This record gives sequence, structure tokens and C-alpha cells, in this order.
Amino acid sequence: MISQSLQSYLLVSAGLFSIGVFGLLFRRNLVALLISLELILNSASINFLAFNKFSLANKAVGQVFVVFIIALAAAEVCIALSLILLLYKRKDSINIEQASDLKG
Amino acid sequence: MIADIVFIGLAVVLLTAALLAVWLKNVFYNALALILCLFCVAGIFIYLNSEFLAIMEVIIYIGAISIAIIFAIMLSRPMFQQHEKRDIKKILRSFAIAALLFFGLIKTICMTQWLQVSIEGDYSIRALGKMFLGESVLPFEAVSLVLLVAIIGALVISNTKDSV
Repeated sequence: MISQSLQSYLLVSAGLFSIGVFGLLFRRNLVALLISLELILNSASINFLAFNKFSLANKAVGQVFVVFIIALAAAEVCIALSLILLLYKRKDSINIEQASDLKG
Repeated sequence: MIADIVFIGLAVVLLTAALLAVWLKNVFYNALALILCLFCVAGIFIYLNSEFLAIMEVIIYIGAISIAIIFAIMLSRPMFQQHEKRDIKKILRSFAIAALLFFGLIKTICMTQWLQVSIEGDYSIRALGKMFLGESVLPFEAVSLVLLVAIIGALVISNTKDSV
């Protein structure tokens, strides 16, 4: 019963999280960084729901948390994309190596 | 038995799509792989008895967030034509850190004795709504405020005329 054990869900979410961190570390494109961040947030959602199903008495708590994660991800993407487009208009590039104006 | 096979298939497709979403050089293909990955996450949510959240995942993540990302890629035309140079050393370093994290997580997951309770319970939308308007009404209102501020902020940021 692989689909009925907590560990398998945790393993899937650990894999997703590690892939997201890998992408976050080696990509230099801002939109690709945003995509990696979405992967990390999704792995957190899977973790919340897995613990909600297998080790929580009240089965609504984890779902409430995942709704908050989805709402905050939507807000974050909204702001990040407008910033990325503004940066692209200014610099004509979205490579983060070139966005170093704020370096002291 | 069939549930297990479908679950393993979902997990394999999920991890492959996630890997493609970070590995491919073209940002547009990254976004398409992200959509496939989010579909598989929605399937896993159904395995975890949260059908409402699976639907929300499809509507919000795929219908709004991925489309917004693709929209931004399309708006800045050469973004998906300029290819970034890859530094093998940097990739190896990032891979080492990610692999270290992954094996640490696996070791923790396998070693820990997790607290298990019965999986029977009330997963319904009714319970979720009672939770929202009862115990966690303050975060609920705060999230609505955050969304409003994010919309206004995005409009203000993208509307500055003198900055170009």
C-alpha cells in the first residue's frame, strides 16, 4: 500500500523541494527562478496535506493552510512579474547577474 | 493495487516534469513543464482526499499563475530567444547542495517515527468553510487584504511612465 503511507508522500515532496532548490541555485533567468519557487511552494502544500491526512485529527486545518499558501503564491507572482517586466524594460535583460544596481 | 500503480505513475511524471521545468533552456518550455507538474500535484491532492484543493490548484495555479508567467514571457519578446550560458562548475555545485538536502530529507523521513492517527474524518468543504469563518477568520481576512495590496502594488509598479 504505497499510496496509503505517509512516507511516500513525504518522499515525493522532498524530491520536488530538492529540484526546486536546485533550479533556484543554478538558473540565472528571473522567470525560471519564479518557476522554481512555485515548485518549492507546491512541495510545501503536499507536505501540509499529507500530514493533514495521516497525523491530524481535525482534517480541515491542513486544507486551510494550503488555501493560504495558494493565495500568497498568487500575490507573490503578481508582484514579481510586474517587477520583472519593469526590470526588462529598463535593462533589456532579465539575467540577475546584470541587475546589480543596488549593490553597495 | 491500481491506486498504487497510478500513484507511482503520478509521482514519476511529477518529478520528471519538475526536472524539465528547471533544466530546459527555453523559458517557454519551462512554463509548459510547470503546467504538467502542477496537474500531477493536483492528482496527488486527490489522493490526499482534498478534492476541493485539487480543483483550486488547477484553477488558480494553472489557470492564473502559469498563464500570467507565460503572458510575461510573451510580452518581453526576446526573453525566450536569448539563451543563457551555462557554467558547469556552478551546476555541479548547485547539484551537490540539492543532493545533500535531498538525502538529508530522505534520511530524516525514514528514521523518524511519525505520529499516525486514523485517516477517517471530515474532509468536506463544509468543514473547511466552518474553519475559515470560525477559528481562522483573522488570517482569512489578512489574506484578502494582502491580495488587494498585491493587485494595487502590481498596477502601480507596472504603470510608472517616467521610469523607462
